[in-house]
Formats: sequence, structure tokens, C-alpha cells
Amino acid sequence: MNPPRMRPRLDDYNRSFWTGGAEGKLNIQRCNDCDQYVHPPLPLCRHCQSENIAPETLPGTGTLDTFTVNHQPWYPGVEVPYVIARVRLDGAPGVILTTNIVNCPVDAIQPEDKVRVLFDEQDGIFFPVFEKAD
Amino acid sequence: MASNEAYITGVGQSEVGVRLTRHPLLLTLDAVKEALDDSGLTLDQIDGVSTYPGKMSVPPGFSPVGSDELIEALGIKSKWHMGGGELPAQLAAIGNAVMAVKQGVCRHVICFRTVYEAAAQSRPDEYPPGKGGDLPGVMQYTMPFWAMSASNWVAQYANRHVYKYGMKREQLAQIALNAHRNAQLNPRARNISKKELTMDEYMSARMITTPLCLWDCDRFSDCSTVIIVSAGDALDEVKTTPVRVAAMAGSVDRYSWDQVEWTAAYDAGPDLWKQADYTVDDVDTVQFYDGFAFLPLTWFEGLGFCEKGSAHEFIEGGTRIAIDGELPLNTFGGQLGAGRLHGFGFAHESVVQLRGEGGKRQIKGDPKVAVATSGGGPMAAALLLVRD
Repeated sequence: MNPPRMRPRLDDYNRSFWTGGAEGKLNIQRCNDCDQYVHPPLPLCRHCQSENIAPETLPGTGTLDTFTVNHQPWYPGVEVPYVIARVRLDGAPGVILTTNIVNCPVDAIQPEDKVRVLFDEQDGIFFPVFEKAD
Repeated sequence: MASNEAYITGVGQSEVGVRLTRHPLLLTLDAVKEALDDSGLTLDQIDGVSTYPGKMSVPPGFSPVGSDELIEALGIKSKWHMGGGELPAQLAAIGNAVMAVKQGVCRHVICFRTVYEAAAQSRPDEYPPGKGGDLPGVMQYTMPFWAMSASNWVAQYANRHVYKYGMKREQLAQIALNAHRNAQLNPRARNISKKELTMDEYMSARMITTPLCLWDCDRFSDCSTVIIVSAGDALDEVKTTPVRVAAMAGSVDRYSWDQVEWTAAYDAGPDLWKQADYTVDDVDTVQFYDGFAFLPLTWFEGLGFCEKGSAHEFIEGGTRIAIDGELPLNTFGGQLGAGRLHGFGFAHESVVQLRGEGGKRQIKGDPKVAVATSGGGPMAAALLLVRD
């Protein structure tokens, strides 16, 4: 049993990302003017500087870009090995999440694997982790 | 010597060790004294100070001495001092000094990087770790997933080379093997690397974060390194053979480690050549940041020594990058073999080699051109150093 994950400090811009999982939603900021995505969240669109931005719910699926199997016990109590991965989100070009791949052996994944989100809830924060989709 | 150019005119370094007890300000003083002796300058001729990343209390020992503190302690009459982490990696502190002397604000600038992480971690009462608490900023998007170390972030790019380009551990191993082989010829590395590393030892080492094993990661060390940058019209005041900063390039694509497509070497590398009448064919030695063994591969590719996705083949077998090879890499041992000097060691060694002062590790011939780099991940800086 791992210790609690480190918590983000919530603000008006990142709250929808970190708490969307309460409704099963993976939310990423999108610009209503240029339609591009902004992550990490900001008070403006990093593509066109518009302030007309709002969270959008994505399908919650994605593709594994690359990963590493971490063996080093950096933090007391965290079980090793575990997978740290970069996931490209379907529906949000250019947005990459650093996350964990769970529910499979660490040697059962490779780049280009299709993955889907699930949420690891800890005290009101819904951490988006991923599992293989097939 | 052109008066409108900037030159490195002195280099110095303290003892390099692990869990040293000498105060970090005194280590910095040791390096300053050596650099002054080297250049023939005296403290009253120094009129600028530059460092990276400026004084920080957390992480403990990461940067225990700041520019203003050094000015206070040594009585430097500084006209322009600089220290900050919001730069394109460590060597940008030297780049700032280059700009200061070219602008005519300063004549001789002390650039320094003091690291004290091994010592600080062994004395937590004196150097307390951070208080923790909720994560602000971009770290909130990596740390909750136990991506705790820069090694985890770099390892993911390294694994791209494994899966996309077929990099094998035996190929990556050449960076660490070369580092420890060269370190045996560097007296200042003796506290860091005791003996050469064999392929068997490398292959059987414990994994840190795939594909990086223990030998692919530098280790905390305690040291100060000083580089003196002088204005071209002040060279008559120094006694050393000056080394010209012929070009420099930096890059940061995204501030967020988790959003960058590739390390910044691929952006900074091509820019370096745009500013100078040199090409990769002119380079006699490369001193590439190797906090993690994969990073030099990104510099070989980013600077155009080989195609993207082929650096593991470029270094295969290790003969090309050896001291007696066609493109000697990290002749002092790099950070893997000579300690985590955090960037400045690569500039230091470039100057030593270009002046022919490498002793047992001196490369053959009459080297005139070196490239020193720092950084990995989203930020990077490269210096093209030339002995005219």
C-alpha cells in the first residue's frame, strides 16, 4: 500500500483537471477562440493569448508515447518497480500527461499502446492514471 | 585578439569530494584563488560576478553560495552581478558574463558554480530539507505520479531511443565506461571514481529507471568551479592563453518538463553553428553534459555530429569518443566519472584541453575548437570555445 500521492495546490485554473474525476471526467483547458488546448492550465491561451478559455471533457483515452520503469525507492513506502509514462491524449493534440500505467505487469507495455484513464482519488484530488485499453 | 570579443582567461576548481566538511563559501574561495592565479589577475581587477542558479536553500546544498554573498565575502567591487535559475541551463551563467563584457559593462567577470549536495544531505540539521506541502507550479504534474527525479524524466526520452531507434544498453554503456576511464587520469576525480568501469559491471548494475542504471546517473558531490570571462580589450592584463567564446546558443521550448517533445539540445544545437564560421568537422573535443548518460547522445544528435536517432551507433565500441579517438568526449571524466559539478566542469575542461594543459588526459594534436554544453530536458546551453 503506497503512501498518499503528493498533492497539487488547487487554484481556479487547475481545479477542473484535478477534480474532474469526481464525475469520471478528464478535463483539459481549451481556448474558445482558437480551439487549441492549454496544459498545464493557465489564465490565458498559450497559443493566441485569448482569455476565453474553459475546461473541456476529453474521451479519456490516449496513446502511450514513452515510459520508464522506475526501480529506485525515491520515497519511503512507495512500492517499486512502477511505470512512469507519457500519454498523448485523444482529442487534445499536443497535450501530454505524465502518469502511471496501472493494472498490468511493468513489462507488459510498450510505446503506442492504447490506454484509458481511471482516477485514483485521495482526499478530494482525482489523480488521472491509465491502464491498457485492450 | 579582437577587442569586441569575450574570452575565458582563467579557470579554477576546489577539491571535488563527497561529504566535504569545508564550508561551501571556502570551496568557492579555493576555486576563485586558483582561477585568479591561473589568469594572473587579482581580486581588485574583478568587476563582475555571475552564477547559476543563485543561492537556494532547497534542495539542500544545490546552490549554497550566491553572487552577492561572494561579493560581500571577497570585497569585490562589482559593476554587474548576476545569478539566477531562469536561464537556459548552467553554462548560461557564463553566457551572461560574455554579454556583460561585450557590452563594456565589465572587464573581468568571475563565473562560478558551487555544489554541496553530498555534504548538505549528510548534515540535515545544518541544511534542512524542504517542508513539503502542496505542490505548486509544474511539479504538480509529475511528482504525484512518483516521477520524483530528473532521471525519470530523462529516462523516458532514453527509452524512445530504445524502442524507436533500437538503442542497446551495451551502446549507451560507452558513455559511463569512457567517463570512468578518463576519470582515472584526472587527479581531481579521485574521490569520485576509484577505478575503470567494465562492461560486465555496467551490465549487471542495478536499474534506477529503465533504461538508466546506477552508472548512468551522476552522484552528488561537493565542489566549486570558477571560470573567468574577460573583455577582448583587457587581455593585456592576463597571462594565460585566452580561449574565445566564439558562439553560444541556448534554448527552452516549454517550461514544463512533461510537455516537451525532445530535450532542448535539438533546438540549441543547430543555433550554435549559425553564429560562427565553424562546423562539426572543426571540433577537436566535446565536453557534453552527462548528468545522465543519455544526455550526451542528445548533444551528438542535436549539434549534428550524427543523425537524430543514431548517436548510440555513433559511440558504439567507444573508440571514437575515447581520449585518443577522433572526437574525445568528457576527457576529465564528465559528471559520471568526476562528480556532479553541475555544468561548469564542461567549460573548465574545454579550456584545459585547448590550452594543452590536460597532463595525462591531454588529447593529441593541437586542439583549437571545443564544444561545451549543459542542461537536458527543456533547457539547454552550448558554448563554442576556440583558441585562436
